[in-house]
Amino acid sequence: MAIFSVYVVNKAGGLIYQLDSYAPRAEAEKTFSYPLDLLLKLHDERVLVAFGQRDGIRVGHAVLAINGMDVNGKYTADGKEVLEYLGDPAHYPVSIRFGRPRLTSNEKLMLASMFHSLFAIGSQLSPEQGSSGIEMLETDTFKLHCFQTLTGIKFVVLADPRQSGIDSLLRKIYEIYSDFALKNPFYSLEMPIRCELFDQNLKLALEVAEKAGTFGPGS
Amino acid sequence: MSRQANRGTESKKMSSELFTLTYGALVTQLCKDYENDEDVNKQLDKILFFCFLPRGYNIGVRLIEDFLARSNVGKCHDFRETADVIAKVAFKMYLGITPSITNWSPAGDEFSLILENNPLVDFVELPDNHSSLIYSNLLCGVLRGALEMVQMAVEAKFIQDTLKGDGVTEIRMRFIRRIEDNLPAGEE
Repeated sequence: MAIFSVYVVNKAGGLIYQLDSYAPRAEAEKTFSYPLDLLLKLHDERVLVAFGQRDGIRVGHAVLAINGMDVNGKYTADGKEVLEYLGDPAHYPVSIRFGRPRLTSNEKLMLASMFHSLFAIGSQLSPEQGSSGIEMLETDTFKLHCFQTLTGIKFVVLADPRQSGIDSLLRKIYEIYSDFALKNPFYSLEMPIRCELFDQNLKLALEVAEKAGTFGPGS
Repeated sequence: MSRQANRGTESKKMSSELFTLTYGALVTQLCKDYENDEDVNKQLDKILFFCFLPRGYNIGVRLIEDFLARSNVGKCHDFRETADVIAKVAFKMYLGITPSITNWSPAGDEFSLILENNPLVDFVELPDNHSSLIYSNLLCGVLRGALEMVQMAVEAKFIQDTLKGDGVTEIRMRFIRRIEDNLPAGEE
């Protein structure tokens, strides 16, 4: 997958939509018997590996799933504390999936509004008046593309650095937003987008863009 | 809405008559629900509704995104340019007509849109007991809502209406101010 995430930020800097469309690499699943030979610790509402790096499980990785069921922060799917659950010999053997901790929705919200501020700073720093603000941020692993409409809504796409055709994808997302969010009478402006049709069409557009976006040299 | 230029991938066409009839049904229902025409005018122009159906102002604040997404129109630098875009692009796109722009005030902050034929009133005859009803007041609300989203406060009102025996339909637009609060970054 060459397009990783889509964010939509409203005029006030609030995140109103977010979609991740990639399977994170570097995840390791392993079955353990009692006692657990890893040291786990609680950090920031997550259960992280504190000691015992092995078999692709690294220090700092979080517990993502137990017996195939995704955990929810420090709680298991059925609401028990992960550390307590793993402390009970009756639950073994147990299969645990570890991986890099994913961003929580709270963190995404925070990062989106932070980006909103950076964007404003970017256009203030401009020596010329009426700068477009940040259009692209480049890193070695991804590129962040941002498109702000005349009304102040930001569409942000994180994609592979070699992925092309993002500009037209951003325009397409704008169209999808105006069609399936705004024309839905039950969607209220500036509020989080929870529209099935919007989801479907966005995913479709991402697929099309991924197939169409030809990789440049060096891929 | 009624007639739409190439909708890109899925080019759906809707009969403009269907829209005209729907709009007619909406107005008559409002006339039934409200005692006097003044209230109906207000309802057509503004917010609040007996259900969640957006219209007028509410249509405008949403439609502007659709318009910007499809028309590729850039920033307008003055009110004259805005007037041009409204008449030549927006009206053309959504109603299939191109009103003419006339009667600029000397200060350049007021102009009139002259609609030779208004598709909303194709089949309408105003009965005597609704003489003060501004049938197409929805359009004013749409214009007001849409321009507000691009930082322009305007006043829009009908001053001539073919339904009332005038030769043409005339919408008077007046620029009130630029909305400075909540300005998107980069728009000084």
